[in-house]
Amino acid sequence: MANLVEIRDLKVRAQSDSGRLIEIIRGVSFEAAEGEVVALIGESGSGKSTIALTLMGHTRAGCEIIGGQVRLAGRDLVAMSEAERRRLRGTDVAYVPQSAAAAFNPAQRLIDQVVEVSRIHGLMPRQAARARAVELFRALALPEPETIGERYPHQVSGGQLQRLAAAMALIGAPRLMIFDEPTTALDVTTQIEVLRAFKQVMKQGGMAGLYVSHDLAVVAQVADRIVVLKDGAVQETGTTDDIINRPQHPYTKELIAAFRPVSHATVASPAAAAEAPILEVRNLVAGYGRPGPDGMPRVRALDDVSCRLERGRNLGVIGESGSGKSTLARAIAGLLPPVSGEVLLGGQALAPDVARRAKEDLRRMQICFQLADTALNPLRSVSDIIGRPLTFFHGQRGRAREARVEELLEMVRLPRAMKHRLPLELSGGQKQRVNLARALAANPEIVLCDEITSALDTVVAAAILELLDELQRELDLSYVFISHDLSTVQAICDEVMVMYGGRTVETLQASALPEGATQDYSRLLFASVPQLDTGWLDGLPERLPGT
Amino acid sequence: MAMSFSSLRLLGYRINVVAILASLFILFWAAMALFGTSFAPHSPGKVVDFDYYGPISAEFPLGTDYLGRDILSRILMGASYTVGISLAAVCLACASGVALGMAAAVTGGWIDVVLSRFLDALSSIPSKLFGLVMVAAIGSSTPVLILVLAVIYTPGSYRFARALAVNINTMDFVAVARARGEGTFYLITQEILPNIAGPVLADMGLRFVFIVLLLSGLSFLGLGVQPPYADWGSLVKENIGALAFGAPAVIAPCIAIASLTISVNLLIDNLPTKIRDRSA
Amino acid sequence: MNPQIAMLVIGRLGVALVTLLIVSAVVFAATEMLPGDIVEILLGQAATPEAVAGLREAMHLDEPSVLRYWRWIIGLLSGDLGTSYANDLPIAEMIGDRLTNTLRLAAVTGGVAVPLALTLGITTAMFRGSTYDRVVTTCVVSVISVPEFMIATLAVLVFAVWLNWLPALSFSSGTPGWGEMLRIFAMPVITLCCVITAQMIRMTRAAVIETLRMPYIEMALLKGASRWRIVMRHALPNAIGPIVNAVALSLSYLLGGVIIVETIFNYPGVAKLMVDAVATRDLPLIQSCAMVFCIGYLVLITLADILAIVSNPRLRK
Repeated sequence: MANLVEIRDLKVRAQSDSGRLIEIIRGVSFEAAEGEVVALIGESGSGKSTIALTLMGHTRAGCEIIGGQVRLAGRDLVAMSEAERRRLRGTDVAYVPQSAAAAFNPAQRLIDQVVEVSRIHGLMPRQAARARAVELFRALALPEPETIGERYPHQVSGGQLQRLAAAMALIGAPRLMIFDEPTTALDVTTQIEVLRAFKQVMKQGGMAGLYVSHDLAVVAQVADRIVVLKDGAVQETGTTDDIINRPQHPYTKELIAAFRPVSHATVASPAAAAEAPILEVRNLVAGYGRPGPDGMPRVRALDDVSCRLERGRNLGVIGESGSGKSTLARAIAGLLPPVSGEVLLGGQALAPDVARRAKEDLRRMQICFQLADTALNPLRSVSDIIGRPLTFFHGQRGRAREARVEELLEMVRLPRAMKHRLPLELSGGQKQRVNLARALAANPEIVLCDEITSALDTVVAAAILELLDELQRELDLSYVFISHDLSTVQAICDEVMVMYGGRTVETLQASALPEGATQDYSRLLFASVPQLDTGWLDGLPERLPGT
Repeated sequence: MAMSFSSLRLLGYRINVVAILASLFILFWAAMALFGTSFAPHSPGKVVDFDYYGPISAEFPLGTDYLGRDILSRILMGASYTVGISLAAVCLACASGVALGMAAAVTGGWIDVVLSRFLDALSSIPSKLFGLVMVAAIGSSTPVLILVLAVIYTPGSYRFARALAVNINTMDFVAVARARGEGTFYLITQEILPNIAGPVLADMGLRFVFIVLLLSGLSFLGLGVQPPYADWGSLVKENIGALAFGAPAVIAPCIAIASLTISVNLLIDNLPTKIRDRSA
Repeated sequence: MNPQIAMLVIGRLGVALVTLLIVSAVVFAATEMLPGDIVEILLGQAATPEAVAGLREAMHLDEPSVLRYWRWIIGLLSGDLGTSYANDLPIAEMIGDRLTNTLRLAAVTGGVAVPLALTLGITTAMFRGSTYDRVVTTCVVSVISVPEFMIATLAVLVFAVWLNWLPALSFSSGTPGWGEMLRIFAMPVITLCCVITAQMIRMTRAAVIETLRMPYIEMALLKGASRWRIVMRHALPNAIGPIVNAVALSLSYLLGGVIIVETIFNYPGVAKLMVDAVATRDLPLIQSCAMVFCIGYLVLITLADILAIVSNPRLRK
């Protein structure tokens, strides 16, 4: 039997902002049989989403297919007319987007959007479509399946929206489902439910799937075969088991290696523990919005949080979105002055507001943000960016400053010549290194790292973690490391504080993770982290602790 | 996009024909505003023709006006008034608007609230009406015109700059600078201003067009530039009687205004997107 | 209506009131700056010191300006707009008839311009980049780049001078019949429509294009929806807020346009009255006319904002 999907030598060209033409897909070929789930895996810019969209007969603005074939059930989507492609969309091939929150029309009730495919293509009467939708809601384990469709998109949660998007794709009973990073925007505990629901309905419907993701562990749970992409070209294709356990291509090996958790070895001397902690947070309360009559802010993002960081050691703060972990960093740095509680630096209480802190105190503690794109002023050269704290804190100028900038660049393993570049001309990993170098320029004792590896591809992130480790040993630093990712925190921290809803759940020794968790929420959180093991999802107990 | 139709490729660079033509027109009028009077074939105030509303001729390339003065010379004189007053006003309006907007965005709090409320209220007085009332109240001299036009267009510029600055202000690099302990002046001049300069300049161009239009409108109502001097709006007003004959005296200054304003608009529309909306 | 929407609407009305107060203060302050002593101007040759002092007292000009502002505001609220300096007539009476004329002009213009502009704005956004779009956009840029008086001049040149279809002036004399009315209205309405429609097309097109960039539009496309369905069912319902705003802002250009158009065509509306009042420096008349325009504009903007709040799907229950 012929394959359901056959992509042959696909080439896509894109126009960049400056008007240059670049080939972003360079002769990609792969196929998928009926009922088979194939994963496209690759890092940002590998072209995986572009390929997935060509299977819908769609290219985003500025992109153009310049060669090859995209065959679905024997028919070439490239050669077809737009009207013919329109007839296939929703009925033969359906799409589940990365951000369902953005993919739902905010002005329409959910049910109307879910059954829209059947109305566009005249598949079934209105009542039948609604009944089918409710059936799908039930199959996808959505709460209140009878009535959830009557709501508007902003009235349901992200995980529910993602499942509703799957229902919207399933309503036309397509032969091929395309999942475009459908769980990337979700928290891990939500991701599990969504993944389970997807897997369930796919198995029942016996349809083929194309699963696009950057996350090997997630892909390992759902795919039969994996296609590894890099820079718009296929690196390796194989069964999921082969790719994960017996990778052949060096790039695949690198991907897998970056995934294996690294444990952190403590460098602090035992004597250090006797000193006062370098940073201590006592009963911090902070939030947003105008304070109410009780003096408390309208939205309380931090509620009575305490923690301590010993010199030369690292504190990890882990939690899902909305747990208050980033607010904690901002409150410690004084960017969001807390309403009550204290931040002590080396035993001395700091003013709540950054504007009232002494310059010397500001120097001792530096902050690094998640998105290097927004953390570096796009119009300043690397030399200016790193040089400013040198002038500001140490009064260095001219040649001395330049020399120090070069030293700092070397410290973060970047070539000296990079100091003339603008942030725009750097890769994500390089930007994050510049970001670090700027923090180091102050000669700090503490660096607050807010999700600094979250936006990076796995391989790059692993290298940054390694660098942090080396810098700590060279410069006697202490980190507060904020992340949503357990393996990252494990790799760098001595102690880990779990946060949920603005409160501390518990603080654990990193060496005891994940088994040492005593609270239900921490256990749920740790159990939800996907493992690079094809049987992980199926092997999980039906009810996780804390759910 | 109109790209393929309005652009050429030259040595790998994309050349936008419309933008270049528009810039040439703008440069031409800028030069005329500066040196126009020295090119004028006649003295702009002198009656040189016995006929009024004279047709196009070798001696009077654009005909003559209601008193028999040379229209070409008067348009060249008008250029310095129309372009000069508008340019001065737009610089004043944008400088104050952008400065206030950035300050409001960075400091926030009650300063932001009061400034925004007051300037929003000002902008809810229709511009032509505001101009009418102000000019009627203070009288009409060149400095007053500049000041009034600047006041009218400051709130718009403030609002635009503030919105951009608020966006930049939420960026992490500003937070890093704050956490470092940098002062407000540093934040405004070093971190925020460079990042909003592109869109602010484009907005300044648009506002320049508005000001040219308003100035011409005021002059047309007899409240703008006063005789014996004249800007292009006053030229239209003076010679409105020529309308019945379709004489060049009234058509030529109209074309002058249109060529300037349309050029500025087209240039801005054809700027690279990177410069036009670098809002994030 | 849910309480959240009600709160937002009440808040918006409050802002409108505060704005009106600031605007009235600015208008009052501006007219205070009139150079020269108005009393001396009014009395002319008869300006003996006693006469000047007497008139000043009668006009309350000897009182502090805050008190006069207060008096003025109270007067405005009770419908007493004062009397004109120029001809001693009650201002309310002078404005009354004129206002009907101006509103009639505005209503006819709005009635023509809004549907026309919405159709053109939405269709150009739908067929962005097509020849049709380019032609319309070019016309729009040309029209918004030139002063209103130029459009009026052009209209006179074409319709009155060359084609000789319409009279160049409004209201010649006598009571006009229906056919005459049409001819009288035609020129001002054509001019105003050109100006307003161009502004509105530009803003509507931008609002729809902005909405068409949203991910849910791509999603609708990937469900197999036709272009028509995408625009009608997915883009427009979400673009209502911005479009209403665009319409309101464009209608504010109507006010600016009215000043020029009424002057050029000698149309007896409030704007013409005001321009004449500026010429004679008739202070109370200028103030009242200015307030009429500002109130009109504020009402439009506030209505648009309220409509946008009510149409915001995220506030729906």
